[in-house]
Amino acid sequence: MSENHDEHITPYKTYIIIWLILMALTVITVYVAREIDLGSINLFVAMIIASIKATIVALFFMHLKYEDSITWVFALYPLFLLSLLIGLTSIDVFNRIVP
Amino acid sequence: MANGTAATISEPSFLEYKSGFRSWFYTTDHKRIGILYLVSISIFFIIAGSIAIVMRAELFTPESDIVSPHTYNVLFTLHGSLMVFFFIVPGISASLGNFLIPLMIGARDVAFPKLNLGSYWLYLIGAAILLFALLEPADTGWTFYTPYSAKTNTNVILLTLGIFVLGFSSILTGLNFIVTIHKMRAPGMTWHRLPLFIWALYSTAILQLLATPVVGITLLLLIAERTLGIGFFDPDKGGDPVLFQNFFWFYSHPAVYIMIIPAMGVISEILPVFSRKPIFGYKAIAYSSVAIAIISFFVWAHHLFVAGISETAAIIFSFLTFLVAVPTAIKVFNWLATLYKGSIQFHSAMLYALSFLFLFTVGGLTGLHVGALAADIHLHDTYFVVAHMHYVMIGGTVMGFFGALHFWYPKWFGKMLDDTLGKIAWFFVFIGFNVTFFPQFFLGVQGMPRRYATYLPEFEPLMKLSTIGSWILAIGMIIMAYNLIKSLYSGEKAPDNPYNSLSLEWQTSSPPILENFKEIPVVTDWSYGYGKKG
Amino acid sequence: MEQLTADHVHVHHIDPVEEYEQSKFGMWLFLGTEILLFGGLFATYAIFRAKYPEMFHLDHLKLDWELGALNTIILIGSSMTMAIGVTASKKGNNKLLIIMLAITIICGLVFGFNKYLEYTAKFAHHIYPDTSIFFSLYFMMTGLHMLHVFIGLIVLLIIMILAIKGRYSASYNTHVEVGGLYWHLIDLIWIYLFPLLYLIG
Repeated sequence: MSENHDEHITPYKTYIIIWLILMALTVITVYVAREIDLGSINLFVAMIIASIKATIVALFFMHLKYEDSITWVFALYPLFLLSLLIGLTSIDVFNRIVP
Repeated sequence: MANGTAATISEPSFLEYKSGFRSWFYTTDHKRIGILYLVSISIFFIIAGSIAIVMRAELFTPESDIVSPHTYNVLFTLHGSLMVFFFIVPGISASLGNFLIPLMIGARDVAFPKLNLGSYWLYLIGAAILLFALLEPADTGWTFYTPYSAKTNTNVILLTLGIFVLGFSSILTGLNFIVTIHKMRAPGMTWHRLPLFIWALYSTAILQLLATPVVGITLLLLIAERTLGIGFFDPDKGGDPVLFQNFFWFYSHPAVYIMIIPAMGVISEILPVFSRKPIFGYKAIAYSSVAIAIISFFVWAHHLFVAGISETAAIIFSFLTFLVAVPTAIKVFNWLATLYKGSIQFHSAMLYALSFLFLFTVGGLTGLHVGALAADIHLHDTYFVVAHMHYVMIGGTVMGFFGALHFWYPKWFGKMLDDTLGKIAWFFVFIGFNVTFFPQFFLGVQGMPRRYATYLPEFEPLMKLSTIGSWILAIGMIIMAYNLIKSLYSGEKAPDNPYNSLSLEWQTSSPPILENFKEIPVVTDWSYGYGKKG
Repeated sequence: MEQLTADHVHVHHIDPVEEYEQSKFGMWLFLGTEILLFGGLFATYAIFRAKYPEMFHLDHLKLDWELGALNTIILIGSSMTMAIGVTASKKGNNKLLIIMLAITIICGLVFGFNKYLEYTAKFAHHIYPDTSIFFSLYFMMTGLHMLHVFIGLIVLLIIMILAIKGRYSASYNTHVEVGGLYWHLIDLIWIYLFPLLYLIG
């Protein structure tokens, strides 16, 4: 049943490189947050870096890069719903007129 | 069509091939699991329905005479929780969906048969936890709103824990169905040849998969609030009780569609068969199911209009709510067009399907009244909402469920139902339902609030009428139950395809053999080509 | 007619390639569920952080960011060893698979041990889940995450036992792939939890 392997097999070397990139990003995010301290855009920068890391993990460690489109849909749709949950709830919570 | 080709097969049906307790509770056969669900949800339907009869009896007079106000609170909490989480959410999807999805798409089973059995066990565990919860039942209403649910002395934790476990059952069932529909269709069964019931269950499964976890975490936080003393929903600790409502309805509004979309799928199957006409607007109906599944995530806060949410949010949500009516209306128009100039046969299943069309339209249109911001301020938490909700849930989902039971009964059990008795039962159900709930619209407009054991004397005539209706409804259900059980023993043996239907499940034997088909069928056309090929 | 057992019947039509595809797709769907399960907590975090920025700032300073960073490194490392294990399994290198699974499991255990140290330190300072909204979030988020680590460890342990028994080969490694996906999700969630709680609270 070697038909199983018409799919892509990532070589070991790639994983090592990815791991090094992830480590570098971890150092950067710690450094930016603790040493530079950008104040109000701290959150923004940290989330950007975390999202880059998460994307890399999904694409390479989880092989999302080689998955079909329907897997992509079901991987991304929950993120859309999460943004909806946060966004629409915020519209409520932060626009209330407190008597 | 190749009518009855499978009848000559001497292989035993899935009902006969093995017997005994283990062959049922350890089965991985989707048809048997479907039956397990059917029996379980029926038990909960009977319990929750009986509770409703007691509540209506209490409301026969303005005073609190049969049960105390506290008991009444417990009763409506149980009625709501059992009906919503134990009957109607798993209802059509887990019982009929399990039975029909592989048959309709030409597969031998669902994608993960063992996981399917696991889902059922989770359902049983949830039910067992619920039984313990009954020792000291909660009185919060099925919505468990904070801060009351975080403070009441009744046992909220067990009930919510039971629902949490059920949620996982629902998630795994949805997951199973999505994978099955994506990966296991028979050769030639393209997306645009899929029966509309499958489209409906596919949309439902997406909602089950992605909405349920949010209520799971919300109930978990409620439990943590009661045990660990966290304060996300407690104003004293800086929390926000309305946040609970936001999260709760992020699930529970899509959950309304988890309940109704499968019934819409049932209607799309029954109408063409008994009109002998192709379904009108196949793609419109199919895509509108998916559209409802998507839009239903945008509208939750219309349940919160009087909870103190911001005006901006209220206006946005009121607008979005109207959007969800569009795909729903598309479906209704297409069903009507399917009936137009058809040769309609009034089989009992068809009567339920037609009742669905009528009652669901009433329920849907009154939904617009309560979805409209200004009107809702007046109607919120009155009997108008109760009536609207029951028109959608009973008039819609339960009618669809009954229709489906009458329609697929021969396939499932290999016996024909007594159609005359079925029609008599339908008559009582239809009349009883309307007598029970139509007066409640008037009560609501006049200002009768929901969830009270007592009421002002001026509401008495309509309240009495409503209670009398509940008795008629109960008579109808008893006749129907008698018919369903009696036919198991004394029903005529069903032919493989009693209605000359074209869809795949009718092309195998009744009841189907263990692996559904002797050979996996090759599909060459959609299943709605009535009136052309005969 | 012979009495067919359900197992007998269901085994003979499962094609390994189909099973692999279905299981992988099924796991992706489940990951979506998990994201939304944590989503409720992320949404709670977003709301209260915007509402009480000072509380979040002051309270997050009480967390041990060095231990958090160490755990990040450990968990990302374990994700890499898991990924290597999956590739090894696809190449039929069972020995490397077992080694990688062992390292992954050890990393998970160390992660859990660090978490234990962190929790006990918090309790010693009389910091509990009901201390403040921030710590409610901290304990709920890391607690739920820890629960997932725990489940993930059990899954990996079972896979390792099966690997030692020689159940996997280049042609059949569904469990490894699917278990790996689950483990990566645990890593994914931590990637967000770490900065949100320890760095920028």
